[in-house]
Amino acid sequence: MVKIHGLIKEYPKGPQALKGVDLTVGDGQIVALIGPSGAGKSTLIRCINRLIDPTEGSIEFNGTEMTSLSTRALRTSRRTIGMIFQEYALVERLSVMENVLSGQLGYVGFWKSARRQFPQDVVENALKLLKRVGLSEYVDTRADALSGGQRQRVGIARALVQQPQLLLVDEPTASLDPKTARQIMRLIVELVRERSLSAIINIHDVQLAKMFTERIVGLRDGVIVYDGAPADLDHAALTAIYGEEDWEADTDSGEPAAAEVGSGE
Amino acid sequence: MPLTEKDGLIQWTRKSRSERIREHLIWVGAAFLFVLAARYISGQTIWIFVLDAPRQAQDFISRMFPPDVRYFNRAIGALWDTINIAVFGTLIAIVFSIPIAILAAKNTTPHPTLRAMALAVIVGSRSVNSLIWALLIVQITGPGLFAGVLAIGIRSVGMISKLLYESIEEINREPIEATLATGASRAQTFVYAYIPQLMPIFVGITVYRWEINIRESTIIGIVGGGGIGFLLNSAINRLAWNQAVVILITILATVIVAEWVSAKVRAKVT
Amino acid sequence: MSNQTQAAWSKPPLIKSPVLRYLVVAGVLVYIVTAVLSFGINPARIARGLGRAGEIFGAFLRPDFISRGPQIWEGVIESIAMTVGATAVGVLISIPLSLGAASNISPLPVYLLCRAFLVTIRSLHVVVLAILFVIMLGFGPFAGALTLVLNSVGFIGKLLSEEIENIDDESLEAVRATGATWSQVVVFSVWPQVVTRVIGISIYRMDINFRQSTVIGLVGAGGIGAVLDTAMGRYDYNTAAGILIVIIGLVLGGEYLSSAIRRRLT
Repeated sequence: MVKIHGLIKEYPKGPQALKGVDLTVGDGQIVALIGPSGAGKSTLIRCINRLIDPTEGSIEFNGTEMTSLSTRALRTSRRTIGMIFQEYALVERLSVMENVLSGQLGYVGFWKSARRQFPQDVVENALKLLKRVGLSEYVDTRADALSGGQRQRVGIARALVQQPQLLLVDEPTASLDPKTARQIMRLIVELVRERSLSAIINIHDVQLAKMFTERIVGLRDGVIVYDGAPADLDHAALTAIYGEEDWEADTDSGEPAAAEVGSGE
Repeated sequence: MPLTEKDGLIQWTRKSRSERIREHLIWVGAAFLFVLAARYISGQTIWIFVLDAPRQAQDFISRMFPPDVRYFNRAIGALWDTINIAVFGTLIAIVFSIPIAILAAKNTTPHPTLRAMALAVIVGSRSVNSLIWALLIVQITGPGLFAGVLAIGIRSVGMISKLLYESIEEINREPIEATLATGASRAQTFVYAYIPQLMPIFVGITVYRWEINIRESTIIGIVGGGGIGFLLNSAINRLAWNQAVVILITILATVIVAEWVSAKVRAKVT
Repeated sequence: MSNQTQAAWSKPPLIKSPVLRYLVVAGVLVYIVTAVLSFGINPARIARGLGRAGEIFGAFLRPDFISRGPQIWEGVIESIAMTVGATAVGVLISIPLSLGAASNISPLPVYLLCRAFLVTIRSLHVVVLAILFVIMLGFGPFAGALTLVLNSVGFIGKLLSEEIENIDDESLEAVRATGATWSQVVVFSVWPQVVTRVIGISIYRMDINFRQSTVIGLVGAGGIGAVLDTAMGRYDYNTAAGILIVIIGLVLGGEYLSSAIRRRLT
């Protein structure tokens, strides 16, 4: 599905964000990407759909080399990659339905989209998805009238209405309370499994990552330092990813001290 | 260092010595500038006329009463023209400002050269008062409402474009990324992510500018731009202060109403 | 488009009632047509004017700073003198006035009086003020400077009194609780909280005063505007273009300076 090789990203000012990342994600696999803030998680997934242009390296998606695509071909590839954001990234002044339908923009011509004319099957699919995420009553509600959890559900519906093969998920729960966070994670994982998609999920909450995914990749300072099953993520692995900390003295909150450890620069 | 030690005692002063000296210097410099300016102005002034001022003021205030109430009919007619100048000046400005603002904003401009050109247009339009624009335009179109509309419009282009392109540059990037990530084209991203975010700001800017344009259009007639300012000018020239006061009251009422409308609309869109 | 299926969706219109929607559209169209007709646009006159437009734009390519150089220089100096003098006097008058116009530190009668005064002078357009002063005091920069003083007082008074009303109530109470007099409250609580804003607003107002000083000359109140008016009256477009370029340059310079200083203040 996705083959990343030797990926390097340098920002004009500042150090290398990614220092040669190799990562392969198979069909139907759900990968959690963990690591301290500043480790390059967001940069990595944004390189895959080229919201950020990588400096060096190759990214193969379904056999297409993403790094050398023309604008038009990039749009075609982006259609099959859905993305979910930390701050939901909804257009707040558009209605829920308009936000969801905007997931189809890559398929619809400019004038049709400007007049909000989408094919009938798309509209039906959008309404079905809204029902699935539990927002049937909010079709014409403006997005800024929703709660955080509801907004993220709209974000999920927007990503899925694209009929993607791959889902890029960037800190989907970081702005949510613990209960909503679990519900949203469960929903995402369920939907990904239902449709047998692949997913790469950036997440700073190690417990959630262990709970919902089958493979965990740890990133630190732009380098992959752990790649394995959740069960093998032990004291040594956590130290490798986040730095020294008394990992056994875990409180019951379910929130490891990962966030406080912060960037290990 | 406001704390100093002297004779074994720690002394506190509000500011350190160098701070105080710097502050004194600034004040002395400012006072010096002011004296220079005042001397210059007084050198250019014929003081006999100034001493005469109270009598002059008394004279025209006494001429204001009783106000010529029947003149309200003329004033209201001219007011209609004035409002039209403001509305159409603003409309013209909107039509030109949107493309200029898009060209001028760092994140939407297609090319740096175009951006520089758009910024030059904005600067030129903004730095020249609408009254001066009117002075130029009257030479081309002849005096009248149309000249007023163009003058107000040309000045507003710069004002609206500036505020608009600054808001485009400060736009929330996330929804735009999200829209691009769906495979949307630039044009589609504009319609789905830029316009909905900018709409309320744009309406606010426009209404605010319209309010200012109402004020401006009440006086644009003084240099030949038509509307109620033209009446005011002719009333003053004829020393018809009883009519001038009627016009001033009409202008005052209009400005207050426009301010109220503008505040209401802006409160509603945000 | 199958309207039978329940799953159809279209964007709900802004105005729900279709009758009202079309009435609004029709009303707007009627207004536009009547208004445009009332402008009395005279194509023949404009066609004749276009030749002159070419002349004016041509003049911008060959601006003349030299032949009226002394007058332009004089006008610029006059504008700057009016700006400096009017800003200083304006700030001095508006500080006590805005203390009076702040509801949290002034008794009601004083508050109402100051507010009424501010509203009245704010409602008079600067050009109208200039006309009145020119009639009373004669042509020249003195009338212009007084115009700018009054205009500045209205502007600064409004902004500053709002600023004072927004200061922290608790700190006011804290100083009052020490048994301080009204003037002590002003000096120890109000002033420290607004002083940077006073400087910021004054510099901003200086910038505006300079812009205004370029236009009130058109009605005889001195400054560079008067020189421009003379040049336009003589149809001397090359000099007029030169003056306009000078104005644009100075206004930009002033704006840059003003925002640079204000940025350093905060």
